[in-house]
Amino acid sequence: MDISVSNLTKIYDNQRAIDEISFEVKKGEIVGFLGPNGAGKTTTMKILTCFMLPTFGDVKIGEYSIYENPLEIKRAIGYLPENNPLYSEMNVIDYLNFSAAISGLDEEKLRIIIPEIICNTGLNDEKHKNIFELSKGYKQRVGLAQALIHDPEILILDEPTTGLDPNQIVEIRKLIRELGKHKTVVISSHILSEVEATCDRILIINKGKIVADGTAEMLKCKSHGESIIKLKLLDIQNQDTAYQILRETITNVEFDKTSDSFIISTRDADLVKRNIFNVCANNHWVISELTTVETKLEDIFRELTL
Amino acid sequence: MRQIFLISKRELKSFFDSLTAYILIVVFLAFSGFFTWLYGTDIFFIGQASLQPFFAVSYWSIFFFIPSLTMKMIAEEKRNGTLELILTKPITDWQFIFGKFFACLFLILITLAFTLPYYFSVWFLGPVDHGAVFAAYLGTILMSMSLIGIGLFASSVTNNQIVAFLISIFIGVFFVIIFEMLSGNHFGFIGYLLDFLSINSHYNSISRGVIDSRDIIYFFVLTFIGLYLSKINLSKRNL
Repeated sequence: MDISVSNLTKIYDNQRAIDEISFEVKKGEIVGFLGPNGAGKTTTMKILTCFMLPTFGDVKIGEYSIYENPLEIKRAIGYLPENNPLYSEMNVIDYLNFSAAISGLDEEKLRIIIPEIICNTGLNDEKHKNIFELSKGYKQRVGLAQALIHDPEILILDEPTTGLDPNQIVEIRKLIRELGKHKTVVISSHILSEVEATCDRILIINKGKIVADGTAEMLKCKSHGESIIKLKLLDIQNQDTAYQILRETITNVEFDKTSDSFIISTRDADLVKRNIFNVCANNHWVISELTTVETKLEDIFRELTL
Repeated sequence: MRQIFLISKRELKSFFDSLTAYILIVVFLAFSGFFTWLYGTDIFFIGQASLQPFFAVSYWSIFFFIPSLTMKMIAEEKRNGTLELILTKPITDWQFIFGKFFACLFLILITLAFTLPYYFSVWFLGPVDHGAVFAAYLGTILMSMSLIGIGLFASSVTNNQIVAFLISIFIGVFFVIIFEMLSGNHFGFIGYLLDFLSINSHYNSISRGVIDSRDIIYFFVLTFIGLYLSKINLSKRNL
Protein backbone atom coordinates (compact mmCIF):
# COMPACT_ATOMS: atom_id res chain seq x y z
CA MET A 1 0.00 0.00 0.00
CA ASP A 2 1.19 3.50 -0.78
CA ILE A 3 0.90 6.45 1.54
CA SER A 4 0.04 9.78 0.03
CA VAL A 5 -0.03 12.89 2.18
CA SER A 6 -1.25 16.18 0.79
CA ASN A 7 -1.20 19.61 2.42
CA LEU A 8 -1.37 18.16 5.88
CA THR A 9 -1.67 20.81 8.58
CA LYS A 10 -2.23 20.49 12.29
CA ILE A 11 -2.69 23.53 14.48
CA TYR A 12 -2.55 23.23 18.27
CA ASP A 13 -3.71 26.42 19.99
CA ASN A 14 -2.34 28.82 17.37
CA GLN A 15 0.85 26.81 16.98
CA ARG A 16 1.37 25.09 13.67
CA ALA A 17 2.75 21.69 14.58
CA ILE A 18 2.86 20.69 10.95
CA ASP A 19 2.43 23.12 8.14
CA GLU A 20 1.09 21.98 4.77
CA ILE A 21 3.37 19.03 4.29
CA SER A 22 2.98 16.74 1.31
CA PHE A 23 4.88 13.59 0.48
CA GLU A 24 4.42 10.09 -0.85
CA VAL A 25 5.74 6.75 0.26
CA LYS A 26 5.67 3.84 -2.15
CA LYS A 27 5.22 0.22 -1.27
CA GLY A 28 8.43 -1.51 -0.25
CA GLU A 29 10.10 1.74 0.69
CA ILE A 30 11.65 2.48 4.08
CA VAL A 31 11.32 6.15 4.79
CA GLY A 32 13.05 7.90 7.67
CA PHE A 33 11.42 10.87 9.25
CA LEU A 34 14.12 13.06 10.61
CA GLY A 35 13.93 16.25 12.55
CA PRO A 36 14.88 17.98 15.79
CA ASN A 37 12.63 17.66 18.83
CA GLY A 38 9.26 19.29 18.31
CA ALA A 39 9.58 19.35 14.54
CA GLY A 40 6.25 17.60 13.98
CA LYS A 41 7.36 14.01 13.42
CA THR A 42 5.13 12.46 16.06
CA THR A 43 2.16 14.63 15.12
CA THR A 44 2.45 13.45 11.52
CA MET A 45 2.59 9.85 12.66
CA LYS A 46 -0.43 10.28 14.92
CA ILE A 47 -2.38 11.54 11.94
CA LEU A 48 -1.16 8.76 9.64
CA THR A 49 -2.33 6.17 12.15
CA CYS A 50 -5.76 7.82 12.52
CA PHE A 51 -5.22 8.61 16.18
CA MET A 52 -6.22 12.17 15.48
CA LEU A 53 -7.49 14.23 12.60
CA PRO A 54 -5.52 16.98 10.93
CA THR A 55 -6.80 20.57 10.95
CA PHE A 56 -6.86 20.29 7.19
CA GLY A 57 -5.23 18.30 4.44
CA ASP A 58 -5.67 14.67 3.56
CA VAL A 59 -3.90 11.36 3.94
CA LYS A 60 -4.64 8.52 1.57
CA ILE A 61 -3.40 5.07 2.40
CA GLY A 62 -3.90 2.84 -0.59
CA GLU A 63 -7.49 3.54 -1.56
CA TYR A 64 -8.51 4.66 1.88
CA SER A 65 -8.85 8.15 3.27
CA ILE A 66 -8.37 8.94 6.95
CA TYR A 67 -11.72 10.72 6.98
CA GLU A 68 -13.85 7.99 5.48
CA ASN A 69 -12.14 4.70 6.24
CA PRO A 70 -10.23 5.03 9.50
CA LEU A 71 -10.96 1.43 10.50
CA GLU A 72 -9.56 -0.02 7.28
CA ILE A 73 -6.47 2.12 7.65
CA LYS A 74 -6.00 1.09 11.27
CA ARG A 75 -6.26 -2.53 10.19
CA ALA A 76 -3.56 -2.06 7.57
CA ILE A 77 -1.14 -0.29 9.90
CA GLY A 78 1.14 -1.59 12.61
CA TYR A 79 2.11 1.25 14.92
CA LEU A 80 4.73 1.59 17.60
CA PRO A 81 3.95 4.87 19.37
CA GLU A 82 6.55 7.13 20.91
CA ASN A 83 7.82 5.91 24.31
CA ASN A 84 6.27 2.51 23.61
CA PRO A 85 3.18 2.57 25.84
CA LEU A 86 2.00 -0.88 26.95
CA TYR A 87 -0.58 -2.31 29.33
CA SER A 88 2.13 -3.08 31.82
CA GLU A 89 0.00 -5.08 34.26
CA MET A 90 -0.66 -7.74 31.62
CA ASN A 91 1.68 -10.60 30.89
CA VAL A 92 3.37 -10.84 27.51
CA ILE A 93 1.25 -13.64 26.06
CA ASP A 94 -2.05 -12.16 27.22
CA TYR A 95 -1.07 -8.81 25.86
CA LEU A 96 -0.10 -10.16 22.45
CA ASN A 97 -3.29 -12.20 22.36
CA PHE A 98 -5.30 -9.10 23.09
CA SER A 99 -3.47 -7.04 20.46
CA ALA A 100 -3.94 -9.72 17.84
CA ALA A 101 -7.60 -10.28 18.63
CA ILE A 102 -8.43 -6.59 18.60
CA SER A 103 -6.63 -6.23 15.28
CA GLY A 104 -9.12 -8.70 13.91
CA LEU A 105 -7.33 -12.06 13.94
CA ASP A 106 -9.52 -15.05 14.74
CA GLU A 107 -8.83 -17.75 17.35
CA GLU A 108 -7.34 -20.18 14.88
CA LYS A 109 -4.82 -17.73 13.48
CA LEU A 110 -3.96 -16.58 16.98
CA ARG A 111 -2.80 -20.02 17.95
CA ILE A 112 -0.36 -20.11 15.03
CA ILE A 113 0.83 -16.55 15.00
CA ILE A 114 1.51 -15.90 18.70
CA PRO A 115 4.26 -18.52 19.19
CA GLU A 116 5.75 -17.46 15.88
CA ILE A 117 5.96 -13.78 16.75
CA ILE A 118 7.28 -14.58 20.24
CA CYS A 119 10.14 -16.53 18.68
CA ASN A 120 10.84 -13.94 16.00
CA THR A 121 11.16 -11.13 18.49
CA GLY A 122 13.20 -13.17 20.95
CA LEU A 123 10.65 -13.03 23.75
CA ASN A 124 10.50 -16.74 24.42
CA ASP A 125 12.16 -16.65 27.84
CA GLU A 126 10.07 -13.72 29.03
CA LYS A 127 6.68 -14.69 27.68
CA HIS A 128 5.10 -15.48 31.05
CA LYS A 129 6.34 -12.35 32.78
CA ASN A 130 4.25 -9.29 33.36
CA ILE A 131 5.25 -6.47 31.08
CA PHE A 132 6.25 -4.15 33.95
CA GLU A 133 8.88 -6.70 35.00
CA LEU A 134 10.65 -6.58 31.65
CA SER A 135 13.74 -4.54 30.87
CA LYS A 136 13.43 -1.67 28.47
CA GLY A 137 14.82 -3.64 25.56
CA TYR A 138 12.32 -6.44 26.04
CA LYS A 139 9.48 -3.96 26.40
CA GLN A 140 10.54 -2.50 23.08
CA ARG A 141 10.36 -5.99 21.58
CA VAL A 142 6.86 -6.42 22.94
CA GLY A 143 5.97 -3.07 21.38
CA LEU A 144 7.33 -4.23 18.05
CA ALA A 145 5.62 -7.59 18.37
CA GLN A 146 2.23 -5.94 18.89
CA ALA A 147 2.81 -3.74 15.86
CA LEU A 148 3.75 -6.72 13.68
CA ILE A 149 1.28 -9.24 14.97
CA HIS A 150 -1.46 -8.79 12.38
CA ASP A 151 1.06 -8.74 9.53
CA PRO A 152 0.25 -5.16 8.52
CA GLU A 153 1.12 -3.80 5.11
CA ILE A 154 2.36 -0.57 6.59
CA LEU A 155 4.59 -0.17 9.61
CA ILE A 156 4.89 3.12 11.41
CA LEU A 157 7.54 3.17 14.10
CA ASP A 158 8.11 6.25 16.22
CA GLU A 159 11.71 6.19 17.45
CA PRO A 160 11.97 2.40 17.51
CA THR A 161 15.47 2.14 18.96
CA THR A 162 15.41 4.58 21.87
CA GLY A 163 16.69 2.97 25.03
CA LEU A 164 18.13 -0.11 23.41
CA ASP A 165 21.73 -1.27 23.79
CA PRO A 166 23.98 -1.29 20.70
CA ASN A 167 23.45 -5.01 20.01
CA GLN A 168 19.70 -4.64 20.16
CA ILE A 169 19.86 -1.58 17.92
CA VAL A 170 21.70 -3.58 15.29
CA GLU A 171 19.13 -6.37 15.60
CA ILE A 172 16.17 -4.04 15.29
CA ARG A 173 17.72 -2.32 12.27
CA LYS A 174 18.20 -5.69 10.65
CA LEU A 175 14.60 -6.56 11.39
CA ILE A 176 13.35 -3.29 9.92
CA ARG A 177 15.44 -3.82 6.78
CA GLU A 178 14.01 -7.32 6.48
CA LEU A 179 10.44 -6.10 6.93
CA GLY A 180 11.00 -3.26 4.49
CA LYS A 181 11.37 -5.71 1.63
CA HIS A 182 7.65 -6.29 1.35
CA LYS A 183 6.11 -3.64 3.55
CA THR A 184 5.93 0.10 3.56
CA VAL A 185 7.87 1.34 6.56
CA VAL A 186 7.98 4.81 8.05
CA ILE A 187 10.30 5.35 10.99
CA SER A 188 11.06 8.52 12.84
CA SER A 189 14.24 9.36 14.61
CA HIS A 190 16.52 12.15 15.56
CA ILE A 191 19.53 9.87 15.35
CA LEU A 192 21.04 10.42 11.94
CA SER A 193 23.22 7.35 11.72
CA GLU A 194 20.18 5.21 12.37
CA VAL A 195 18.19 6.71 9.54
CA GLU A 196 21.18 6.49 7.27
CA ALA A 197 21.65 2.82 8.12
CA THR A 198 18.08 1.68 7.64
CA CYS A 199 16.23 3.98 5.28
CA ASP A 200 15.96 4.12 1.53
CA ARG A 201 14.76 7.66 1.67
CA ILE A 202 14.98 10.46 4.19
CA LEU A 203 12.51 13.22 4.87
CA ILE A 204 13.91 16.01 7.00
CA ILE A 205 11.23 17.98 8.74
CA ASN A 206 11.76 21.18 10.67
CA LYS A 207 9.25 23.49 12.34
CA GLY A 208 6.44 21.62 10.66
CA LYS A 209 7.77 21.82 7.12
CA ILE A 210 9.62 19.33 4.97
CA VAL A 211 13.01 20.82 4.27
CA ALA A 212 14.62 17.94 2.42
CA ASP A 213 13.49 14.77 0.70
CA GLY A 214 15.71 12.17 -0.93
CA THR A 215 18.21 9.37 -0.39
CA ALA A 216 21.13 9.99 1.94
CA GLU A 217 23.43 10.29 -1.10
CA MET A 218 21.15 12.73 -2.87
CA LEU A 219 20.93 14.91 0.19
CA LYS A 220 24.68 14.93 0.55
CA CYS A 221 25.13 15.98 -3.06
CA LYS A 222 22.46 18.61 -2.82
CA SER A 223 23.76 20.24 0.30
CA HIS A 224 27.01 21.40 -1.23
CA GLY A 225 27.16 19.96 -4.66
CA GLU A 226 30.88 19.61 -4.15
CA SER A 227 33.17 17.11 -2.58
CA ILE A 228 36.30 17.68 -0.60
CA ILE A 229 39.49 15.84 -1.51
CA LYS A 230 42.32 15.39 0.92
CA LEU A 231 45.76 14.90 -0.60
CA LYS A 232 49.04 13.98 1.08
CA LEU A 233 52.28 13.93 -0.86
CA LEU A 234 55.75 12.47 -0.25
CA ASP A 235 59.04 13.46 -1.85
CA ILE A 236 58.20 17.13 -2.25
CA GLN A 237 61.13 19.46 -1.62
CA ASN A 238 59.15 22.45 -0.50
CA GLN A 239 55.53 22.84 0.47
CA ASP A 240 55.21 26.30 -1.01
CA THR A 241 56.54 25.34 -4.44
CA ALA A 242 54.39 22.24 -4.49
CA TYR A 243 51.42 24.42 -3.59
CA GLN A 244 52.27 26.79 -6.43
CA ILE A 245 52.60 23.94 -8.93
CA LEU A 246 49.32 22.39 -7.86
CA ARG A 247 47.53 25.71 -8.17
CA GLU A 248 48.56 25.97 -11.78
CA THR A 249 46.31 23.08 -12.78
CA ILE A 250 43.82 22.81 -9.92
CA THR A 251 41.68 25.56 -8.53
CA ASN A 252 40.55 25.76 -4.90
CA VAL A 253 43.59 24.19 -3.31
CA GLU A 254 44.48 24.98 0.25
CA PHE A 255 47.23 23.72 2.47
CA ASP A 256 46.16 22.50 5.86
CA LYS A 257 49.06 22.70 8.29
CA THR A 258 47.53 20.65 11.07
CA SER A 259 47.08 17.55 8.94
CA ASP A 260 50.03 18.41 6.71
CA SER A 261 47.92 17.86 3.60
CA PHE A 262 46.30 19.70 0.74
CA ILE A 263 42.54 20.21 0.78
CA ILE A 264 40.85 20.55 -2.58
CA SER A 265 37.18 21.31 -3.01
CA THR A 266 35.60 20.60 -6.37
CA ARG A 267 32.43 19.78 -8.22
CA ASP A 268 34.06 17.20 -10.46
CA ALA A 269 36.09 14.92 -8.22
CA ASP A 270 37.15 12.51 -10.95
CA LEU A 271 38.68 15.19 -13.17
CA VAL A 272 40.58 16.64 -10.26
CA LYS A 273 41.91 13.23 -9.28
CA ARG A 274 43.23 12.74 -12.81
CA ASN A 275 44.87 16.14 -12.75
CA ILE A 276 46.45 15.40 -9.40
CA PHE A 277 47.83 12.17 -10.71
CA ASN A 278 49.33 13.86 -13.78
CA VAL A 279 50.92 16.67 -11.80
CA CYS A 280 52.39 14.23 -9.32
CA ALA A 281 53.69 11.97 -12.07
CA ASN A 282 55.35 14.87 -13.87
CA ASN A 283 57.06 16.06 -10.71
CA HIS A 284 57.88 12.57 -9.40
CA TRP A 285 55.90 13.04 -6.23
CA VAL A 286 54.45 10.09 -4.40
CA ILE A 287 50.82 10.22 -3.43
CA SER A 288 50.59 8.82 0.06
CA GLU A 289 46.95 9.68 0.62
CA LEU A 290 44.11 10.67 -1.64
CA THR A 291 40.69 10.55 -0.04
CA THR A 292 37.33 12.09 -0.69
CA VAL A 293 36.08 13.53 2.54
CA GLU A 294 32.33 12.95 2.60
CA THR A 295 29.93 15.58 3.71
CA LYS A 296 28.21 14.12 6.71
CA LEU A 297 24.50 13.86 7.12
CA GLU A 298 24.98 15.66 10.44
CA ASP A 299 26.22 18.72 8.59
CA ILE A 300 23.27 18.70 6.23
CA PHE A 301 20.92 18.28 9.14
CA ARG A 302 22.44 21.21 10.99
CA GLU A 303 22.45 23.29 7.86
CA LEU A 304 18.78 22.64 7.20
CA THR A 305 17.36 22.82 10.68
CA LEU A 306 19.31 25.56 12.41
CA MET B 1 -19.56 -6.09 19.11
CA ARG B 2 -16.46 -8.27 19.22
CA GLN B 3 -14.24 -5.27 19.84
CA ILE B 4 -16.43 -4.11 22.74
CA PHE B 5 -16.29 -7.59 24.18
CA LEU B 6 -12.49 -7.76 23.85
CA ILE B 7 -11.99 -4.42 25.55
CA SER B 8 -14.39 -5.33 28.34
CA LYS B 9 -12.69 -8.65 28.84
CA ARG B 10 -9.27 -7.07 29.10
CA GLU B 11 -10.54 -4.43 31.48
CA LEU B 12 -12.34 -6.93 33.65
CA LYS B 13 -9.27 -9.13 33.76
CA SER B 14 -7.19 -6.18 34.86
CA PHE B 15 -9.66 -5.58 37.71
CA PHE B 16 -9.09 -9.12 38.90
CA ASP B 17 -5.33 -9.07 38.26
CA SER B 18 -4.88 -5.89 40.23
CA LEU B 19 -6.98 -7.16 43.19
CA THR B 20 -9.38 -4.23 42.73
CA ALA B 21 -12.21 -6.62 42.00
CA TYR B 22 -11.56 -8.84 45.04
CA ILE B 23 -11.26 -5.88 47.36
CA LEU B 24 -14.44 -4.38 45.97
CA ILE B 25 -16.40 -7.60 46.30
CA VAL B 26 -15.14 -8.43 49.79
CA VAL B 27 -15.60 -4.92 51.16
CA PHE B 28 -19.01 -4.57 49.58
CA LEU B 29 -20.22 -7.89 50.97
CA ALA B 30 -18.72 -7.24 54.41
CA PHE B 31 -20.20 -3.80 54.58
CA SER B 32 -23.67 -4.64 53.33
CA GLY B 33 -23.75 -7.94 55.21
CA PHE B 34 -22.85 -6.26 58.48
CA PHE B 35 -25.62 -3.69 58.25
CA THR B 36 -28.14 -6.13 56.82
CA TRP B 37 -27.74 -8.88 59.36
CA LEU B 38 -25.83 -7.69 62.39
CA TYR B 39 -26.04 -4.05 63.26
CA GLY B 40 -28.37 -1.04 63.35
CA THR B 41 -31.72 -1.34 61.68
CA ASP B 42 -30.96 -4.82 60.44
CA ILE B 43 -33.44 -7.41 59.26
CA PHE B 44 -33.97 -8.90 62.71
CA PHE B 45 -34.56 -5.47 64.20
CA ILE B 46 -37.24 -4.69 61.62
CA GLY B 47 -38.73 -8.14 61.93
CA GLN B 48 -39.88 -8.27 58.33
CA ALA B 49 -38.77 -10.54 55.50
CA SER B 50 -37.50 -7.59 53.49
CA LEU B 51 -34.17 -6.74 51.89
CA GLN B 52 -34.75 -3.00 52.36
CA PRO B 53 -31.83 -2.61 54.84
CA PHE B 54 -29.49 -4.27 52.37
CA PHE B 55 -30.46 -2.02 49.46
CA ALA B 56 -30.15 1.08 51.63
CA VAL B 57 -26.54 0.18 52.42
CA SER B 58 -25.65 -0.99 48.94
CA TYR B 59 -26.97 2.27 47.49
CA TRP B 60 -24.30 4.22 49.34
CA SER B 61 -21.56 1.64 48.92
CA ILE B 62 -22.06 1.66 45.18
CA PHE B 63 -22.06 5.44 45.15
CA PHE B 64 -18.47 5.35 46.45
CA PHE B 65 -17.29 2.20 44.73
CA ILE B 66 -18.12 3.11 41.16
CA PRO B 67 -15.96 6.25 41.03
CA SER B 68 -13.06 4.21 42.38
CA LEU B 69 -13.52 1.76 39.51
CA THR B 70 -14.05 4.30 36.76
CA MET B 71 -11.45 6.84 37.85
CA LYS B 72 -8.55 5.05 36.16
CA MET B 73 -10.38 3.86 33.09
CA ILE B 74 -9.63 6.71 30.70
CA ALA B 75 -7.38 8.90 32.86
CA GLU B 76 -4.75 6.21 33.24
CA GLU B 77 -4.76 5.36 29.56
CA LYS B 78 -4.23 9.01 28.77
CA ARG B 79 -1.39 9.32 31.24
CA ASN B 80 0.43 6.17 30.13
CA GLY B 81 -0.06 6.83 26.44
CA THR B 82 -1.86 3.52 26.00
CA LEU B 83 -4.83 5.52 24.71
CA GLU B 84 -2.82 6.15 21.57
CA LEU B 85 -1.99 2.48 21.37
CA ILE B 86 -5.55 1.25 21.72
CA LEU B 87 -7.19 3.90 19.54
CA THR B 88 -4.86 3.13 16.65
CA LYS B 89 -6.18 -0.44 16.68
CA PRO B 90 -9.24 -0.94 14.49
CA ILE B 91 -11.82 0.27 17.02
CA THR B 92 -14.01 3.33 17.19
CA ASP B 93 -14.21 5.72 20.12
CA TRP B 94 -17.68 4.41 20.93
CA GLN B 95 -16.48 0.82 21.07
CA PHE B 96 -13.72 1.90 23.42
CA ILE B 97 -16.14 3.69 25.74
CA PHE B 98 -18.74 0.94 25.69
CA GLY B 99 -16.02 -1.61 26.36
CA LYS B 100 -15.05 0.28 29.50
CA PHE B 101 -18.68 0.77 30.47
CA PHE B 102 -19.62 -2.90 30.21
CA ALA B 103 -16.49 -4.02 32.07
CA CYS B 104 -17.48 -1.87 34.99
CA LEU B 105 -21.14 -2.84 34.82
CA PHE B 106 -20.25 -6.49 34.67
CA LEU B 107 -18.11 -6.21 37.78
CA ILE B 108 -21.05 -4.63 39.60
CA LEU B 109 -23.29 -7.46 38.36
CA ILE B 110 -20.83 -10.04 39.69
CA THR B 111 -20.73 -8.25 43.03
CA LEU B 112 -24.52 -8.12 43.20
CA ALA B 113 -24.73 -11.78 42.24
CA PHE B 114 -22.81 -12.60 45.41
CA THR B 115 -25.60 -10.98 47.42
CA LEU B 116 -28.23 -13.37 46.07
CA PRO B 117 -27.72 -15.65 49.12
CA TYR B 118 -29.09 -12.78 51.23
CA TYR B 119 -32.25 -12.97 49.19
CA PHE B 120 -32.55 -16.75 49.56
CA SER B 121 -31.88 -16.50 53.30
CA VAL B 122 -34.62 -13.94 53.74
CA TRP B 123 -36.92 -16.04 51.61
CA PHE B 124 -36.18 -18.95 53.93
CA LEU B 125 -36.97 -16.80 56.99
CA GLY B 126 -40.34 -15.52 55.86
CA PRO B 127 -42.67 -14.47 53.05
CA VAL B 128 -40.55 -12.09 50.98
CA ASP B 129 -41.99 -9.78 48.35
CA HIS B 130 -40.22 -11.19 45.28
CA GLY B 131 -41.35 -8.38 43.01
CA ALA B 132 -39.96 -5.72 45.31
CA VAL B 133 -36.60 -7.49 45.59
CA PHE B 134 -36.38 -7.87 41.82
CA ALA B 135 -37.30 -4.22 41.35
CA ALA B 136 -34.73 -3.10 43.90
CA TYR B 137 -32.02 -5.10 42.15
CA LEU B 138 -33.08 -3.53 38.87
CA GLY B 139 -33.00 -0.09 40.45
CA THR B 140 -29.51 -0.70 41.81
CA ILE B 141 -28.27 -1.83 38.41
CA LEU B 142 -29.82 1.14 36.65
CA MET B 143 -28.35 3.52 39.20
CA SER B 144 -24.95 1.86 38.76
CA MET B 145 -25.17 2.40 35.02
CA SER B 146 -25.76 6.11 35.49
CA LEU B 147 -22.93 6.41 37.99
CA ILE B 148 -20.59 4.57 35.62
CA GLY B 149 -21.55 7.04 32.89
CA ILE B 150 -20.74 9.94 35.21
CA GLY B 151 -17.52 8.24 36.33
CA LEU B 152 -16.31 7.65 32.79
CA PHE B 153 -17.01 11.25 31.94
CA ALA B 154 -14.98 12.38 34.98
CA SER B 155 -12.16 10.07 33.97
CA SER B 156 -12.13 11.46 30.44
CA VAL B 157 -11.76 15.04 31.66
CA THR B 158 -8.37 14.63 33.28
CA ASN B 159 -5.34 12.36 33.24
CA ASN B 160 -5.12 12.31 37.02
CA GLN B 161 -7.02 9.48 38.70
CA ILE B 162 -7.57 11.28 41.99
CA VAL B 163 -9.00 14.28 40.21
CA ALA B 164 -11.24 11.95 38.23
CA PHE B 165 -12.46 10.32 41.46
CA LEU B 166 -13.24 13.66 43.07
CA ILE B 167 -15.02 15.04 40.00
CA SER B 168 -17.07 11.89 39.81
CA ILE B 169 -18.07 12.09 43.49
CA PHE B 170 -18.78 15.78 43.12
CA ILE B 171 -21.15 15.29 40.19
CA GLY B 172 -22.64 12.22 41.84
CA VAL B 173 -23.44 14.12 45.04
CA PHE B 174 -25.63 16.50 43.06
CA PHE B 175 -27.66 13.69 41.58
CA VAL B 176 -27.83 11.60 44.71
CA ILE B 177 -28.32 14.21 47.44
CA ILE B 178 -28.33 17.85 46.47
CA PHE B 179 -31.07 17.87 43.81
CA GLU B 180 -33.37 16.02 46.14
CA MET B 181 -32.61 18.32 49.05
CA LEU B 182 -33.20 21.42 46.95
CA SER B 183 -36.41 20.07 45.51
CA GLY B 184 -37.83 20.08 49.05
CA ASN B 185 -37.27 23.84 49.22
CA HIS B 186 -38.89 24.70 45.90
CA PHE B 187 -42.41 24.45 44.68
CA GLY B 188 -43.87 24.29 41.21
CA PHE B 189 -41.84 23.57 38.13
CA ILE B 190 -38.38 24.06 39.68
CA GLY B 191 -39.25 21.72 42.51
CA TYR B 192 -40.52 19.17 40.04
CA LEU B 193 -37.48 19.54 37.83
CA LEU B 194 -35.04 19.12 40.72
CA ASP B 195 -36.96 16.12 41.94
CA PHE B 196 -36.94 14.69 38.43
CA LEU B 197 -33.16 15.13 38.15
CA SER B 198 -32.47 13.33 41.42
CA ILE B 199 -31.27 9.75 41.11
CA ASN B 200 -32.64 9.09 44.56
CA SER B 201 -36.28 9.77 43.72
CA HIS B 202 -36.19 7.51 40.68
CA TYR B 203 -34.33 4.83 42.57
CA ASN B 204 -36.86 4.96 45.41
CA SER B 205 -39.80 4.71 43.08
CA ILE B 206 -38.32 1.64 41.36
CA SER B 207 -37.22 -0.06 44.54
CA ARG B 208 -40.72 0.32 45.96
CA GLY B 209 -41.64 -2.11 43.23
CA VAL B 210 -43.13 0.33 40.73
CA ILE B 211 -41.29 -0.14 37.48
CA ASP B 212 -42.23 2.98 35.59
CA SER B 213 -40.87 3.53 32.09
CA ARG B 214 -40.13 7.17 32.98
CA ASP B 215 -37.66 6.05 35.66
CA ILE B 216 -36.01 3.57 33.35
CA ILE B 217 -35.72 6.13 30.57
CA TYR B 218 -34.27 8.62 33.07
CA PHE B 219 -31.45 6.24 34.02
CA PHE B 220 -30.73 5.33 30.43
CA VAL B 221 -30.64 8.97 29.35
CA LEU B 222 -28.34 9.89 32.25
CA THR B 223 -26.04 7.01 31.34
CA PHE B 224 -26.04 8.00 27.70
CA ILE B 225 -25.24 11.63 28.50
CA GLY B 226 -22.28 10.52 30.60
CA LEU B 227 -20.97 8.25 27.86
CA TYR B 228 -21.63 10.80 25.15
CA LEU B 229 -19.71 13.50 27.02
CA SER B 230 -16.82 11.06 27.51
CA LYS B 231 -16.85 10.40 23.79
CA ILE B 232 -16.74 14.15 23.12
CA ASN B 233 -13.80 14.51 25.49
CA LEU B 234 -12.00 11.70 23.72
CA SER B 235 -12.60 13.29 20.33
CA LYS B 236 -11.07 16.53 21.56
CA ARG B 237 -7.71 15.13 20.54
CA ASN B 238 -8.85 15.80 16.97
CA LEU B 239 -9.14 19.55 17.48
